[in-house]
Amino acid sequence: MAKLTVTINGERRTVDVSPEMPILWVLRDVLGLTGAKFGCGMALCGSCTVLLDGEAIRACVEPISSAADKTILTIEGLSEDGSHPLQVAWRELNVPQCGYCMPGQIMNAAALLARNPSPTEAEIDEAQRRNLCRCGAYPRIREAIRTAASRSAATGGGGS
Amino acid sequence: MTGVAAEPPADVGVATNGVTRRAFIRTAAAAGGGLMLSVSTAWGRRGGVGPALANASSAAPEASFSPNVFVHLHPSGEVEIVVARSEMGQGVRTSLSAVIADEMEADWSRVRVVQAPGDPAFGDQNTGGSQSVRTDFQRLREAGAVARRMLEQAAADEWDVPVQECVGSAHEVTHVPTGRTLGYGALAEAAGNLAVPEDVALKTPDEFRYIGRPMDGVDNLDITTGAVVYAADVRLPGMVYAAVARCPVVGGSARSYQAEGALAVPGVIQVVELAAAPTPPGFAALGGVAVVAENTWAAFEGRDALRVDWEYGPNATHDSASYREALQEAVRAPGRADRSEGDLDAAFAAAAQTHSAEYYVPYLAHASMEPPACVASVTDEGCEIWAPVQDPQTARDLAAKLLERPEESVDLHVTLLGGAFGRKSMPDFVLEAVSISQQVGRPVNVTWTRADDLQHDFYHALSVQRIEGALDASGRATGWLHRTAFPSISATFEDGVDRPTGGELNLGCMTVPFDIPNLRCEACPAPAHTRIGWLRSVSNVHHGFAIGAFADELAALAGRDPKDYLLELIGPGRVIDIWEGDENAYGADKNTMPYDTTRLRKVAEVAAREAGWGRRLPPGHGLGIAAHYCFVTYVGTVAEVSVTNGALRIHRIDTAVDCGLVVNPDRIRAQLEGAVVFGLSLALHGDITMKDGRVQQGNFHNYPILRIREVPDIHVHIVESDEPPTGVGEPGVPPVAPAVANAVFAATGQRIRELPIDVTTT
Repeated sequence: MAKLTVTINGERRTVDVSPEMPILWVLRDVLGLTGAKFGCGMALCGSCTVLLDGEAIRACVEPISSAADKTILTIEGLSEDGSHPLQVAWRELNVPQCGYCMPGQIMNAAALLARNPSPTEAEIDEAQRRNLCRCGAYPRIREAIRTAASRSAATGGGGS
Repeated sequence: MTGVAAEPPADVGVATNGVTRRAFIRTAAAAGGGLMLSVSTAWGRRGGVGPALANASSAAPEASFSPNVFVHLHPSGEVEIVVARSEMGQGVRTSLSAVIADEMEADWSRVRVVQAPGDPAFGDQNTGGSQSVRTDFQRLREAGAVARRMLEQAAADEWDVPVQECVGSAHEVTHVPTGRTLGYGALAEAAGNLAVPEDVALKTPDEFRYIGRPMDGVDNLDITTGAVVYAADVRLPGMVYAAVARCPVVGGSARSYQAEGALAVPGVIQVVELAAAPTPPGFAALGGVAVVAENTWAAFEGRDALRVDWEYGPNATHDSASYREALQEAVRAPGRADRSEGDLDAAFAAAAQTHSAEYYVPYLAHASMEPPACVASVTDEGCEIWAPVQDPQTARDLAAKLLERPEESVDLHVTLLGGAFGRKSMPDFVLEAVSISQQVGRPVNVTWTRADDLQHDFYHALSVQRIEGALDASGRATGWLHRTAFPSISATFEDGVDRPTGGELNLGCMTVPFDIPNLRCEACPAPAHTRIGWLRSVSNVHHGFAIGAFADELAALAGRDPKDYLLELIGPGRVIDIWEGDENAYGADKNTMPYDTTRLRKVAEVAAREAGWGRRLPPGHGLGIAAHYCFVTYVGTVAEVSVTNGALRIHRIDTAVDCGLVVNPDRIRAQLEGAVVFGLSLALHGDITMKDGRVQQGNFHNYPILRIREVPDIHVHIVESDEPPTGVGEPGVPPVAPAVANAVFAATGQRIRELPIDVTTT
């Protein structure tokens, strides 16, 4: 066990856990932040995606020790009220079906837009290629990212 | 309709005052070690009870108006609409509640959707067979119309005017001659004192307010902010987490186990043994050894450190490759004829040309993004369960039987399902959690890993089919013999089932739409060696593939255009009736919902037209077509593919659907888009193999599903129809694989007779 300090959604949190515990389980089972989902445990599906210092990572395999003194952003902290351009576009286009992969899809896309505010369709596909959706909402995921990107570009705002 | 009640009966308490008994406590240990408590039902803002209501809930609202179990109007004007079917992405929480709100003339912005617990008070809750809209449309319209009628009556009484002069519209009742109005909320108490009318008039379609309009998903905000509570997200005081080691072979059991390694993992609390499932297993939990821990990760690590000595049982020699060979032998001999028309032998004897082909579809796993998960809390007083189940009443009933307690002592909360596709019709994972909680005396959160999910599924059956066709000199089909062999779902539940049932042949095989005078459908032997279950569109997956692909083969044999030949095979529009009694294979009234090939022709024609059938294609490209009827819905699909340097690419899919009256066009589109993706996953990737009775795949690296960059342009075309509305969850799947297979033939001349499609072999 080790005491680690991590800034999560803008709040400094200290946890006393095994340093090897994946970030996902610290978030879900220790801190009660259940927005990030468990889907595969092997960084193969992206349902657990959160941002670590702005980079999209797979929380199901990344140990909490790698987040020490760093910043984690989860779906709960992406915006106060669901007003991030991606969240808005997601709702407008009725992207979700079962919804389970969506926190991971959105966080992954948020990292994409932060580094590339105007991605091409190929760049969207490349960025989201490891985020699986069994319901098959992919066409709308693409469209929602395009929509959010175009709006952010129009207002001069970034993706995050 | 039930009688008037100011409040619903206690056993459906979730509908209005559920936040007391049926609420759950979400706990989150704060970083400083404090415990934060908040009360919520399984749903967030629009769905379910948010924090504000939760705090106000200890006293149930007085004088609420509940004409039936689905509608609860509060004096504030807020309407709770109860959805009794499970939400797994198909949109029932939005679409079914909109149907009620429409007839009730409720203002959608004042509607809150509440999920029903598993309880027979709600009638049929089983969410499968693409039936929610089909079977609920009328009764939910009536539930809404009754509410409106009673509000109109309450207003008429208040004003002392004839009810015919009062019209409920947009959440208020207007006295038409004078223009006076009373809001629905103000009428709630009075309406609650009225008798429920027997017959009420329903709207005409031109009066629909929400039906037929694209409705935004009621859970969108919660989903996009991470606020939705899936089963694994439930937190209870004192809750522990568990992972289960299950025998890798169905029918096996634990001889002995050593828990020392598991107990040495930090965070592991306890190890308990679970009784092995009976044979055949049915819905029972498989049994095994459960590791109980302070968090999910410790439970997983502890389970990895367990040592279990398994008795593998009689299925330990099951090998899917040799099983396939056995089924190939099986379909080369006559089977049990379930449908037989004309004189097949004479047709083949007189044929100008004959042709035969064999088709193979492997075992498939559901692989919903949310693996099975359940929270159960068994106490001396009762049992409370939070579970993503498609059939909540069966799950509740079996949990009660497992505990040997009355059903009323079990509360089953239906959470949102993180995908299901049939897997969550099988509540083994619920019973497992109940059993663990009972043994450890604490609430337990059981999460399946992806390997657990893929290796302990109820699989879509591996199948081999043989179709033989006879053509006359003009190329017209005169004879059709279809033999199908696959292990039956019924074998999961009953001894002695050694081949598909008639019910399974009714899913696509006997319902072949072709107008061929001499025809026979046969079931051939295929004893089961694993758990077989329902997967999105069930036997229609493999039957639709074989029939759709063989139709294309006959077109080539006849030297005809595949689309024209398909329409010729279907023939002139007619009603197909192969059922005794009034119900078709899907439990629908065959008189009001006949199987009409006119509609199948139409979807094939629309898909072909929209896809530009016959247009000039780039080199290496090909178009393929297939059309299929199932679950009383008609879908035609055209695929455009290319094969370049051994790489198959899907460029475009046009899929046309006739599902009768359109209830929520946005969800119809979404379901058809999703069905194309699901169909492409099984066409291109899905392949569960078994060796020594064990599944050889363990995660998405070796059981891939479609990725975003493989997704073609998908065009959904909804055919307008005045027929009764039917479901769209499943029917979009079957035509996808054969359309792609036929497009590969058009592009390359290579016949595809097995899935997943491999264009590198010839």
